[in-house]
Amino acid sequence: MPCRSSPGRKGRPPPGYNHLSRGTTDTGVLVWQARSGLYYTYIGNGRAPRAALPSTAVQGSRTPRTATLGSSPVAPHRGRSRGPPVGVCGPRAPPGPRPPPLLVGCGGAAAAGWLCRGCVRGRSARGKMAAVTALRSSCRAAGRLVCIHRVRSCSSIRFIKSKYVCVFDKSALKFSHQQRLFRTSPVSYGQIVQFKLSDIGEGITEVTVKEWYVKEGDSVSQFDSICEVQSDKASVTITSRYDGVIRKLHYSIDDIAFVGKPLVDIEIDPSKGVSPEEDVVETPPMSHEEHTHQEIKGHKTLATPAVRRLAMENNIKLSEIVGTGKDNRILKEDILNYLAKQTGAILPPSPKAEIVPPARKAEAVPAAPKDKARRVPVPVSRPIAFSGKDRTEPVTGFQKAMVKTMSAALKIPHFGYSDEIDLTQLVQLREELKPLAEIRGVKLSFMPFFIKAASLGLLQYPILNASLDENCQNVTYKASHNIGVAMDTEQGLIVPNVKNVQVCSVFDIAVELNRLQSLGSAGQLGTSDLTGGTFTLSNIGTIGGTYAKPVILPPEVAIGALGKIQVLPRFNGRGEVFKAHIMNVSWSADHRIIDGATMARFSNLWKSYLESPASMLLDLK
Amino acid sequence: MVLQSLKNCLWLSCVLRTPKACFWSTASGGLIIQSVSNDVYQNLAVEDWIHDHMDLEKQQILFLWRNSPAVVIGRHQNPWQECNLRLLRQKNIKLARRRSGGGTVYHDLGNINLTFFTTRKKYERMGNLKLVVKALKALRPQLDVHVTDRYDILLNKQYKISGTAAKLGRTSAYHHCTLLCNADKFVLSSVLKSPYKGLKSNATASVPASVKNLFEEDATLTSEILLDAIAKEYAVQHQIDHHITLINPADETLLPGISNKTKELQTWEWVYGKTPKFSISTCLNIAYKGSVLDIKVNMDVKHGRIEACNIDLPEQWLPSGLHSELVRSLTGSKFCPNEITMLVTTLLKVCPQDNELHSRWSLLCENMIRLM
Repeated sequence: MPCRSSPGRKGRPPPGYNHLSRGTTDTGVLVWQARSGLYYTYIGNGRAPRAALPSTAVQGSRTPRTATLGSSPVAPHRGRSRGPPVGVCGPRAPPGPRPPPLLVGCGGAAAAGWLCRGCVRGRSARGKMAAVTALRSSCRAAGRLVCIHRVRSCSSIRFIKSKYVCVFDKSALKFSHQQRLFRTSPVSYGQIVQFKLSDIGEGITEVTVKEWYVKEGDSVSQFDSICEVQSDKASVTITSRYDGVIRKLHYSIDDIAFVGKPLVDIEIDPSKGVSPEEDVVETPPMSHEEHTHQEIKGHKTLATPAVRRLAMENNIKLSEIVGTGKDNRILKEDILNYLAKQTGAILPPSPKAEIVPPARKAEAVPAAPKDKARRVPVPVSRPIAFSGKDRTEPVTGFQKAMVKTMSAALKIPHFGYSDEIDLTQLVQLREELKPLAEIRGVKLSFMPFFIKAASLGLLQYPILNASLDENCQNVTYKASHNIGVAMDTEQGLIVPNVKNVQVCSVFDIAVELNRLQSLGSAGQLGTSDLTGGTFTLSNIGTIGGTYAKPVILPPEVAIGALGKIQVLPRFNGRGEVFKAHIMNVSWSADHRIIDGATMARFSNLWKSYLESPASMLLDLK
Repeated sequence: MVLQSLKNCLWLSCVLRTPKACFWSTASGGLIIQSVSNDVYQNLAVEDWIHDHMDLEKQQILFLWRNSPAVVIGRHQNPWQECNLRLLRQKNIKLARRRSGGGTVYHDLGNINLTFFTTRKKYERMGNLKLVVKALKALRPQLDVHVTDRYDILLNKQYKISGTAAKLGRTSAYHHCTLLCNADKFVLSSVLKSPYKGLKSNATASVPASVKNLFEEDATLTSEILLDAIAKEYAVQHQIDHHITLINPADETLLPGISNKTKELQTWEWVYGKTPKFSISTCLNIAYKGSVLDIKVNMDVKHGRIEACNIDLPEQWLPSGLHSELVRSLTGSKFCPNEITMLVTTLLKVCPQDNELHSRWSLLCENMIRLM
């Protein structure tokens, strides 16, 4: 971590830490550096805490406890209350044989003292893992940035009297007598810190807030995006430094925000699930951007402490896992996937607010390099819970249109009629005509034939091209055959129609279909293309299926659904089996004005035109 | 040649910190890459990918790219305000929204794009632009080009040949700029003129400027020559080999996750949905049966969807049920001609089959859709 020692800052090293040397980060924060590279920050006015750290020797069956910064005071040691406690965590007075613990955080309550927040689990002093994160001081007097640190272990907890106890005094007192295990406390006495807008560079002092990614009450994790600001052609994404809950947004959209002034207030919620706490393992030098690095064979892996613990519990080397998060960060999902591959089980990601049983013995074992423990992968014994959530979206756009159409269609009493068509001859004909059409620049499918045959049929049975009015009083026989073709686009079902098929040739229909198809896929169909239809054909067979039950599109009275063309064995007139191209058609019609016989006769006529295409020539106009 | 590019690909993959290839390349200072694709979405996705995934501590990157005709708007801009969307659709010109701020630009193959990737600390736009000017001057000493304080590059102190935008993230930042070599100025001016009236918005507005192609100043200049000159200057300044690595933005193995980024950039929600809230207040003049009707329309659009809508029709021009049905359908829909067309044609199907009604309805709806 880049650190310059800077004279002129008052302050002595904290008691018991005389071996630390003083320095400052690039942002001017005073830090104390150990020979191991571990850094501590000390917030306040630089003076050592008043109360000498008493040697409350807590041994052996020490109560596991967690201390939180500032507002959330620590439960007192058993029988060793020291007056109004405030978040406290400190080292033993003499740095004994144990490694100096120390995690220093700052809280608003004890601005001039050492505070620590962490959770101590396990019972033995030795094996304790304390995760402590220091928080920014919310005390304006201090007004200093504080870095997040991690510590090795906290061998004891002390109480420090502080001048600023009054702020959280009452709550501290109340809490101190409540419970031992901080983590199971139901209420969060989270520390609210003000996250200031950091320097943008190039001497910029103000920016415009353009978009908020969070709102008040949302929870955020470290490195989540909070907002987007813009300054003079540069767009900047501001990410969160903390895990917590957003309590206040200081600006609205289009406001001018100032560098160095508070942007949001985040409540660090210590009782929240797995992530903010901490076991932390190894504490290599911290960069002032609060990464947890770990040099493993010269390879940095980024992972939050929760993820590291998960890896460690399951004896996974972090270097073996490919991170899928930002900056190749290893996420919890990556570990679970890796485990699933190993154990063959499918492990869904466990819900975030999972509480780890407090009795677990956590060891201060760093993850990969010193992975000396058991090599046998331990099957994860978590109960497999499904954490998927329902998702509700409003019905808009194409779906809304469908809802309207289909609700109207419901009023129509449908009946169905299906049949099988032998398209062997048509297939052959199309093969001959396809190259001719291509020369003219048009793609020829089967649809133009189907459409033209339908139009010829409608000439004989005009009732199928009619429309019934709302009160079922009048039937209007439409003169134009505007045959609609159902199209499946990205957004949904649209039904443009080919106008006046009765006067179009098969080639004209093919041209028009091409035009409608290209407009449809580009999403540029006009209103005239989509209105005025009188009869519809739906070629669902291009996707698949044989028989269907199509729904009539009002104000029409009939619709046909065409299945896929299959090659099937059939008997011919001489009783021989031959290869036939068979397609199924399913018609639906409005039974109020159309009867089964009419539909059947229309279908037979249509079928005859397609089974022997030459017969179409006789009736073409 | 092939071997060289293979070697560089390997180099690139190491630089990209795959867990397997753990050795750090000895390249110092910089890396120059060029995209083989002309798809604006793919190229923007590469920028995002490098910004999110690459470690720029050890080396900075210069990314060179060109696009087939496209209009690129800034992160916080309003496409309706900035360009002629109807013309774009007609001419099949793509519309993209980039993640950096700034104004709207028209790209085609006669325009080159340069992106300078650095860490957040080393972000410095003026230096990058000075590098470009130095490269131009080295190529053609008689060119009168200079950088303004608005981070534009002007030719002959008058014509803008380059515009700038930047994006800063947590650890890395990039600054990109355009350079007009031989773009189609006619199309440029016609697509960048918005025909939509009555728009009120707080979105970042572009500052129009008169532009000129470098080709017009010196006909021997082509995009390739300019790309090469800039790459050479960058190589000199960063003390690296003058060598450009070509990358394919569709290569998922080289750039894992790139296809998702490309897809996201093409979604309606990103291109149109990220438009800051705006309102439209305009008057439709509809000629109907010999008279002209003035129909006032007010709409509030948020996230690209119509939040509130008000259409002031003459009394009984449309049955009131239909009028309210229209307003109800419009509310909550995307401010998109395709979707509105779908909705209004469907509504027509379920209302009485009256020719007069149909023609009025079609007239009104077509005019409404022209607003989009």
